Amino acid sequence: MSTHLSKGKLNIGLVQERARKELLDLIDKCEGSKVIVWDDGLSGPFGLIAEYTLLKKRDAGKMYLLRPGKLKTPDIENVIFITRPYLRLMNYIAEIIHSEEVSRQKKKWHLFYVPMKSLLCEEYLKNKGVYGSLTIIDQIQACILFPFDNDLMSMELDKAFMEYYVESDPTCLYYIAQAILMLEDLFGSIKRISGKGNAAVQVMKLLNKLEKGTESNPISKYHSNVQIDQLILIDREVDFLSMLATQLTYEGLIDELYGINNCTVKLPIEKFSQEEDLTESSSDNKQLILNSADEVFSEICDKNFFAIGQSLSRRAKQISQQMDERKDGRTLQEMKQFVAKLPQMLSIKKSLANHMTVAEMIKEVTDSEDFAENLKNEQEIILGLVTDKVHPYIEECMARNVDIVKVLRLICMQSVVNCGLKQKVLEQYKRDIVQTYGFKHLLTLINLEKVGLLKVQQGTRSFAVFRKTLKLISENNNFINPKDIHFVHGIYAPLSVRLAQNFVKPNGIRSINDVITSLPGSLFDHSTSQTTTFIHRIMCDKSLRVGGSLSSQNDSAKVVLVFFIGGCTFAEIAALRYLSQQEDLNVEFVIATTKIMNGNSFIKCLMESPS
Amino acid sequence: MTALLTADWYPYGSNGYFRKVEIYEMAWQKEVNINNVVIVAARFGGPIAVVRDRTKPDKTVMKKMGKPIIAIYSSAGNLISSFVWNSGQLIHLGWSSTEELLCIQENGEVLIYSIFGKYVHAFRMGQEVEDTKVIEARVFDSSVGTGICVLTGAYRLFLTNTIKDPKVRKLAEIPGVISLPDSWAVICEDRQSFVLLFKATEIYYLSENQVIQKTVNSANEEKGSVITDVAVSSCYEHVAMYNSQDQLWIGSSNLRKNYRLYDMDGSGRPKQLVWCGSEAVVGVWDEHIIIIGRNEDSLSYVYDMPVKLIPEIDCVRVISTYNTEIIQPVPKVILETYRLNSTSPGSYLLEASKQFTKKNHRANEYIHLVKKELFSAINQCIEASSHELNTENQKMLIRAAQFGKTFAEGFTSENFVRMCMTLRILNAVRDPKIGIFLTFPQFVHLTLKNLLDRLILRRHYYLAIKAANYMRMSNEDGSMKILEHWAYYKVSQLEADKEQMAHNIANKLGQASGISYVSIAKKSASYGRIKLAVKLLDYEPKPELQVSMLLSLEKYTEALGKAVQSGNTDLINIVIVNMWKKMPLKDFQLEIRKDSVVYALYKKYCREHKKETLLNVYRQEDDNNEIAAYYIKNAFDAENYSMRTTLLENAKEYYKKAKNEINLVLCEEQKKLILKQKELEDKFKREFLDLPLQETIYRLLLMQENKIAEDLRSMFHVPDRKFWWLRIKSLGELNDFNELDKFSKIKKSPIGYEPFIDICLQHKNKFEANKYIGRIKEENKIKYLVKMSYYMEAIRIAEAQCDISALEYIRANCDTASVIEINSAIARLNKSDS
Repeated sequence: MSTHLSKGKLNIGLVQERARKELLDLIDKCEGSKVIVWDDGLSGPFGLIAEYTLLKKRDAGKMYLLRPGKLKTPDIENVIFITRPYLRLMNYIAEIIHSEEVSRQKKKWHLFYVPMKSLLCEEYLKNKGVYGSLTIIDQIQACILFPFDNDLMSMELDKAFMEYYVESDPTCLYYIAQAILMLEDLFGSIKRISGKGNAAVQVMKLLNKLEKGTESNPISKYHSNVQIDQLILIDREVDFLSMLATQLTYEGLIDELYGINNCTVKLPIEKFSQEEDLTESSSDNKQLILNSADEVFSEICDKNFFAIGQSLSRRAKQISQQMDERKDGRTLQEMKQFVAKLPQMLSIKKSLANHMTVAEMIKEVTDSEDFAENLKNEQEIILGLVTDKVHPYIEECMARNVDIVKVLRLICMQSVVNCGLKQKVLEQYKRDIVQTYGFKHLLTLINLEKVGLLKVQQGTRSFAVFRKTLKLISENNNFINPKDIHFVHGIYAPLSVRLAQNFVKPNGIRSINDVITSLPGSLFDHSTSQTTTFIHRIMCDKSLRVGGSLSSQNDSAKVVLVFFIGGCTFAEIAALRYLSQQEDLNVEFVIATTKIMNGNSFIKCLMESPS
Repeated sequence: MTALLTADWYPYGSNGYFRKVEIYEMAWQKEVNINNVVIVAARFGGPIAVVRDRTKPDKTVMKKMGKPIIAIYSSAGNLISSFVWNSGQLIHLGWSSTEELLCIQENGEVLIYSIFGKYVHAFRMGQEVEDTKVIEARVFDSSVGTGICVLTGAYRLFLTNTIKDPKVRKLAEIPGVISLPDSWAVICEDRQSFVLLFKATEIYYLSENQVIQKTVNSANEEKGSVITDVAVSSCYEHVAMYNSQDQLWIGSSNLRKNYRLYDMDGSGRPKQLVWCGSEAVVGVWDEHIIIIGRNEDSLSYVYDMPVKLIPEIDCVRVISTYNTEIIQPVPKVILETYRLNSTSPGSYLLEASKQFTKKNHRANEYIHLVKKELFSAINQCIEASSHELNTENQKMLIRAAQFGKTFAEGFTSENFVRMCMTLRILNAVRDPKIGIFLTFPQFVHLTLKNLLDRLILRRHYYLAIKAANYMRMSNEDGSMKILEHWAYYKVSQLEADKEQMAHNIANKLGQASGISYVSIAKKSASYGRIKLAVKLLDYEPKPELQVSMLLSLEKYTEALGKAVQSGNTDLINIVIVNMWKKMPLKDFQLEIRKDSVVYALYKKYCREHKKETLLNVYRQEDDNNEIAAYYIKNAFDAENYSMRTTLLENAKEYYKKAKNEINLVLCEEQKKLILKQKELEDKFKREFLDLPLQETIYRLLLMQENKIAEDLRSMFHVPDRKFWWLRIKSLGELNDFNELDKFSKIKKSPIGYEPFIDICLQHKNKFEANKYIGRIKEENKIKYLVKMSYYMEAIRIAEAQCDISALEYIRANCDTASVIEINSAIARLNKSDS
């Protein structure tokens, strides 16, 4: 178990441990030398479950990516495919197995699905005539959730949002329900489930149904200690703006500018000092692992970028002071103590140097006119200053042929904040996009319309209402000692996090119910007691008393799992972590999501790429 | 009392006894006359098949019906079932190791019946057997189950080692045979089966590909005696041969060893010759049976009626019209415990216990005698009880063991308890109502699991469950399996109401006990009771099993319903794919549209794997927007521009139907653009196709084809502002700053003059940039002065406007020299403020 995962109130290390055990048990079933062939999207996340060295010990040192065409494997006894249950991938597997049929050396083929077996895939393999060639077919179900940090898990379903909202394919909802069941199996059943949005309602219903089906399994059902007090399901559809707005936290900015995958960011190596040992980096990239195992990073990752300078310089001073202590060390005892502390100090020093470099790189960008201009205009949009007309800045961006993703982000923001665009404005944007970036993006626009990111304005501008009632906007914030969660986007507090914040308060849901009815999907708050299930509407007072009594049961912080259906951002994570630290709320948030995204990756997943 | 215990013992050999115990009074007394019938009984106290012996025709039966009746009785003679033999000429009957009745016909077909007389299935021994006809057959136990060997009219032998998955092999030819062999038997060694065959004076071993001729080292051999009967022990190690000299040769089955040559002294050929365990050979004559020890001695019992012998692994069952007895050597432990004057510890303990019950002080003396060997005494009593067939005597021995235990410190009761439990089970199944008479060694050999299977087979579900629970068997092997079989039986009863039965079964089995409702449903389906199967599946907790089963029953609507309920999209997909293959298209299309999720997944499947059907799907539901989008997508894949425009025309048509004005216009414009681009390509021999409009215009501007660019601009209603941007950008790129200057003066810029400066600076032409500084907006002045490094000017303006934040902005972006100036300016402003 990675130690940094178990430092939170909920031991996320257990998630890793279970996944690792399932994976290794399956690998051990294949006797002899083996290679693993990974589904592209899985090799990264699996690094969070079992390090390379661990697999190497199991005689599974060689790794390949699952690609179309022949696989050049060495003479080896076992070939293990680890893939998602997609037909496209089954086709690759069939091709590979077919291509080896002529070879004299007989290999054993194995197929492990993540997270679940699929009858459809198996039928496909049967039709392709390779099903019989597979020795072991199994699933690594525990890998439905990948442990990212001591309060963070991701399902790494890149396409979940697109699948559900554009294609109406609810596969991810079923997976989410399964993931929650697994967490209940590990941490005890969750007594209170709240949520907002259509997808959230669906997941809640599925959970009820599946829990009924597993009642036969008494171990999971009657877990002695209940470690998660509440589950909050948030449908991404409820709050697009937080996904689109530029993140201003340190980690959020790294993600926006360089992209973080599986807690790792790849940065251009030339920016880093040469003294580094080159072993951990590939030729032109430097890989930095970003999680709470890194003390320095953990301190600054959720801070507004403009506030991290202070932390870094304080750290730097501290470390140089500590390093200087050796000069004062007179007795042998003191010297010994110093030496004992040395490795930790050196690692902090190294990490400090790294993050200072990264910060410099980011500062270069944030200081640029483009960035400032973009942020200024984005904030104007969020403030609701630009409503009814084509935004000149957006128009200018297009004229300057700025990246389409950035332009779409701004247009969508304008649409979301104003609850749609005037017909004429929308049409002009559409024409302009097509004329500037090409006709193929009409399909992208159609997707954006399907999702509801772009729409024609109708009815009241409800966003303006809850901008006020939920205090979503605050200008001139203190970034160093923030008073509220606005700091993550500069002036805007993520709506999704505001909802979560209200959901955990004793009377919170009732107080905001009237305000957010205009948001898509219904709101629910269910509590289950040991034996019976009360499904009560939030409107009736009785239920609120139940909710209230639950919270007053013990004074230690409640553990609340917030599940973002359709992805979330580092800014939202930072905001929830900020709230965890606030004593008056007395809540410890744990976050799970289908995928950690940012405005760019979010828009990109909706872009059509015609073949 | 001791005398009574050994009353049925007959001394035998130097140190042993045989015992003959009646185990059942046959319930069939009034129905069966053993004289007139053929009796075939299964081993391990198994059922008895009774069929009229065609060689002894019973005229009354003959007249009534021309076909023989096969009746199956329990070993206690209770009728289980009977049926009329309607098939071909029966040659031989036998029982499989799982108590199925094997009926071998003359044509080589083997019909298999359950003990309830139900036809299970049949297989054939092959064409050659059919052609040459079976004249004799043997059923035997092989290492892989039950085997069959037949002798055909052509005197060839065909053999299969298992009836489960029969692979019939033809054995080697019997050398020089032109008439029926005198006798033969099958012997299995390890995984090999071969036939021991006697023909005149010759002895052969026949296997698949070889014949070995054998000679037997006995004096009689030379006299040319013919072996007419042969018996092989159930362990296949020993063989007994009766020859025409009225002698019995007993030896090892490989014929290498001769244990004994026994002279029958004129009793004549036995009617039946079998082994009693592996200790002795038993022969039947009209009035008596003779037991001939493997190594020594012989014993004869007189019977006043015909009997039939069934060899068992440790005894022989003797069946007559009136009763069934077993004859076996008295087990050693019983011998030691019961025999008069025995000095074994068990014997003393038994005596002590007896005296104790009589409240006689001698009990103490006996205990004293055995004190040192108390443990072995107790164990001896326990073991003896296992071989005791009389329940009273079992109790006596168990009581003795228990009595001994009170004196034995540190004796673990495990064996004792286990034996008590086992005896209860054995007594229960020996009851005539159940009629499975197993001796303890047989029970050990058979195992509890198989015994339960036999109870299940006889539909004694209640006793089976009680026994399983009593013996603390795991649910999986025990009660769950039994209940499942009960349910299998239930679903086979055709008369009951479906709904009610599904409900009853579920009630009894419970929802969560881990019962596989799928297998019950499968059974039900196999009886053709599909509706009941579907009902039963409602109780199956695992949706994937429900769905697979419903699919195999071709109940697509139900399968789809269950798949949707489960929320598992994979299940929905698999149902869709199967429905699509099997259902009439119309019904299919109707069915999948009933549920929105199903429909969405269907469309997704089409999109990814069956593109060609997609258009039809959209047409079905008049989804004009999707049809249009479909054409647009295809337009990108189209090979040439004319196809593209056609497809776009199609898209337009559907956008028109969908009243999607803007997309309609965009398609129209794209079409026009493609045509225009084609024109440009032809004209300039450069690539234009697929470029966005903006890029097209920009390239034209770079080519200084301003006229055409202008045409495009008006043709596609490019906004003025955008065109200005493009113009400025292209002029910057061309480094044509004169033209830029001119352009700036045509009319007032709709995008201000800041972009002019930006473009000049971008192309490092500060001189040209200067021209526009006067024309930019006042609020941008300072910013642009800074951009152009006119810091002093910027500071001056900022100070004049008393704008400290502007000064700070300048400070953040200027050179070091100006910083001092700014600081003093700020100082001045602060001073004047205060």
